[in-house]
Amino acid sequence: MHATLPTRLRAVRLARLTANIVFLAIAWGALVTVSSRAEAMKIQEVKSPGGVTAWLVEEHGIPLIAMRFAFESGNAQDPDGKEGVANFIASMMDEGAGELTSKEFQERMEAIAMRMSFDDSRDAMYGSFETLSENRDAAMDLLAIAVGKPRFDADAVERIRGQLLASLAYAARDPDRVASEQWSALAFAGHPYGRPANGTPHTVQKISRDDLKEFWSNTFAKDNLRVVVVGDIDAETLKTQLDKVFGALPAKAKLRPIAQVTPTAVERLKVVEMAVPQSVARFGLPALPRKDKDFIPAFVLNTIVGGGVMSSRLWEEVREKRGLAYSVSTTVQPFKHTSVFAGGVATKNEEIAQSLDLIRAELKRVAAEGPTDQELANAKSYLTGSFALRFDSNAKIANQLLWFWQEDLGRDYMDTRNAEIEAVTMDQVKRVAKRLFEGQEPIVTVVGRPKGLTQARRS
Amino acid sequence: MWTRRSRPSRLSFLLALTLIMFAQSLATLEASPIASRVSEFTLANGLRVVVVPDHRAPVVTHYVWYLAGSADDPPGASGIAHFLEHLMFKSTDKIASGEFSKIVSRLGGQDNAFTTHDYTGYFQRISKERLATVMEMEADRMANLQLAEKDVLTEREVILEERRSRTENNPSNILSEQMSAALYRNHPYRVPIIGWMHEIAKLSRADALAFYKRFYAPNNAVMVVAGDVTAEEVKQLAEATYGKVKANPAVHLRERPQEPPNRTPRRVELKDARAGNASVRRFYFAPSLPKAEPGEAEALYLLMKIVGHSSTSRLYQKLVVEEKLASSAGGWYSGLGLDSGSIGVYAVAAKEVDLDKVEAGIDRVLHELRENPVSADELERAKKAFIADFIYESDSQSALARRYGEGLVLGMTIKQINDWPVAIAKVTAEDIKRVAGQYLDLRSSVTGTLLPVAAETESDAVRPAATANKS
Repeated sequence: MHATLPTRLRAVRLARLTANIVFLAIAWGALVTVSSRAEAMKIQEVKSPGGVTAWLVEEHGIPLIAMRFAFESGNAQDPDGKEGVANFIASMMDEGAGELTSKEFQERMEAIAMRMSFDDSRDAMYGSFETLSENRDAAMDLLAIAVGKPRFDADAVERIRGQLLASLAYAARDPDRVASEQWSALAFAGHPYGRPANGTPHTVQKISRDDLKEFWSNTFAKDNLRVVVVGDIDAETLKTQLDKVFGALPAKAKLRPIAQVTPTAVERLKVVEMAVPQSVARFGLPALPRKDKDFIPAFVLNTIVGGGVMSSRLWEEVREKRGLAYSVSTTVQPFKHTSVFAGGVATKNEEIAQSLDLIRAELKRVAAEGPTDQELANAKSYLTGSFALRFDSNAKIANQLLWFWQEDLGRDYMDTRNAEIEAVTMDQVKRVAKRLFEGQEPIVTVVGRPKGLTQARRS
Repeated sequence: MWTRRSRPSRLSFLLALTLIMFAQSLATLEASPIASRVSEFTLANGLRVVVVPDHRAPVVTHYVWYLAGSADDPPGASGIAHFLEHLMFKSTDKIASGEFSKIVSRLGGQDNAFTTHDYTGYFQRISKERLATVMEMEADRMANLQLAEKDVLTEREVILEERRSRTENNPSNILSEQMSAALYRNHPYRVPIIGWMHEIAKLSRADALAFYKRFYAPNNAVMVVAGDVTAEEVKQLAEATYGKVKANPAVHLRERPQEPPNRTPRRVELKDARAGNASVRRFYFAPSLPKAEPGEAEALYLLMKIVGHSSTSRLYQKLVVEEKLASSAGGWYSGLGLDSGSIGVYAVAAKEVDLDKVEAGIDRVLHELRENPVSADELERAKKAFIADFIYESDSQSALARRYGEGLVLGMTIKQINDWPVAIAKVTAEDIKRVAGQYLDLRSSVTGTLLPVAAETESDAVRPAATANKS
């Protein structure tokens, strides 16, 4: 882990739009459909003798191997009062393992040009690993001790704790971070999803080496592990490597049960005062689980409302017509134990109320009228046509396939997805618009010094 | 899905240049599949074109760069290059207002644009069957931009919000902006890319169109297609689209005011309730890759990799691990400027540690590098990391497109870009010591401190210290 100032030191590049919304650690929805590549891509299921299963796509065109894996775990598993453990662990995985101290481990990584990082989300602990083909065995050896024999040396733990506390101190004054965290706290009060994903200074201070070891030994196991490999390696070789890296993990993870939850709040608006010229808002409502028959229609609807960022309704109303914001967007994000429709916008304090009113009005309007035929057709053509863009590198393919697997979509998902989106009807989209938005007042958090904010202005 | 808080991309701008297939030996290098596939040609109207075939997926990445960036903003109109970049998404004779991105989206593509001090870029990622269409659209807006007054005024509000998001709401970025303004006394790199708030607020349609007419022309641009295409296909499409755009004979080399000799260290201090833990950073003036003597920029890249790139770096090991003065520390070399580059170092103070001590720690690390050569092991690891980055980049179509496009925009040749790893491999420990001695010079630096204050005494004031330039 090499935490630094949380923002870039020098703006060398300004993009027309950067999607910078952090929302319950939401990633930007990755829905895919069919393409010639997808049909051509052969996804093998590889089972190692030691009981580790992986999906493999062989790609021998460039001398690289990319691996992505996930343990079903995540910061929702943080023990009460020890929030931040999962995030702490993610930062500790390259801080020494086996016989190697932190510095030795990292120098070894550099010497063989191996890339490895870990990250926690609400529901999973992710690992990312890449190596040059020529260093494959040495890199896999190093990954194996990182996963299976982390040291959690006291000095490294204290050093990383210092970095995490510094990050928290900075994040506490970052309006984007505060708005997202407050939204979760409001909408998921009393549920693990409502807790700060990275903990608080108080809880991070209390996390001990034993807490880290316990979390690791409980949650790094074979029955909650999914591995995807893309690149210059064949199935037989991979079997051996899988056992080397993951074979010694316990058969079963010990996870705390997490209840299903629906985002809800009595007060629909929460303002956190901060001395900034621009107010940052997050808004959201319950959405649909991935397995709901209306999930795909909801996904298409979201594209129309705010997900198809530079062509969405909210983009049009808030940014293009009125210049009220640089960025406005929404997403439908299924979690393991909930699902949310979530969005964000940032507007100067004097006019944030207008941005939020416009957003509420658009949600209400789409619930009442549905989208136009043209909007539906455009959203479908974007979603189906842009599919192949998600599969143009080994690393991206690995990310996508892991996500399919985590959502239990199956290896044939790539071949059926396009048809699912094409099949979405106007009736379905109208129905789901009512399910999501009719009579619903979004839960909103605002950080800044907003002027004239009210809850719903019922018109 | 893949929720990664990416580690801070201090080096992303650096890595844009660190491309190229490369293997462990120079012999392998010559057989590099990517380098050997790259081709380049120039249209009759002066548009330079690079094609980087990558047939793994049926998609393409199409980029155009204009040799015009914010450092070319006329005095008093800071931000116009970036403002124009936004306005390029409005209308042309053929495209209705705001339709550009919607058309790309309907075609299943994604588009965006970006502005730096030295260039402005536009791109689409799309299925290969649609390449002709987006090339036609891009060529169209190269010459036929139409701007309605109302669109301009609305977009100006968007940019003011963008500045609030990026800068006004973020004390770290406010400090960096002030530091750049203090580092450069004469060169327009002192002005932020997005512009100063009071000048953005006055930018007009006429300003945008004047900048457009001055700089947007095929003979002032580089176009790159990476992906599932051949050079021959791209050539035909380019002739049929961009080939129809007339060259602008008035385009001439950009000449910007250059820096006078550096004589005094500068200091800037920002106290802000939003600062988090106290931190210190320093920027040094350094030559950029295009301006450096042969081998100098390569040595600077390796120097700063050793100084501050990862947890094994000198700054991190000394300040964070051994002396426990800082919770994090690092540094970088930014070499991709037309007129100059810069070196940066930073550290965040550990709890209860005085920031002066942290800064003194940085100075000790840098002093050591000025006095003694780096170890053979450090140099070897730094070189390997660069070389590996080249190979990893070959997995990304966009990275490959940027590698060649940005290189050409900065005046490099394809051969120079392809030979970059060879140049890196030649650097010696003595070379590194020499550039450290020459460029880690306090007289050509600005040091910035970001200090938290209690909310009651909160102040937005950025106070230039006594040594700051006043002239």
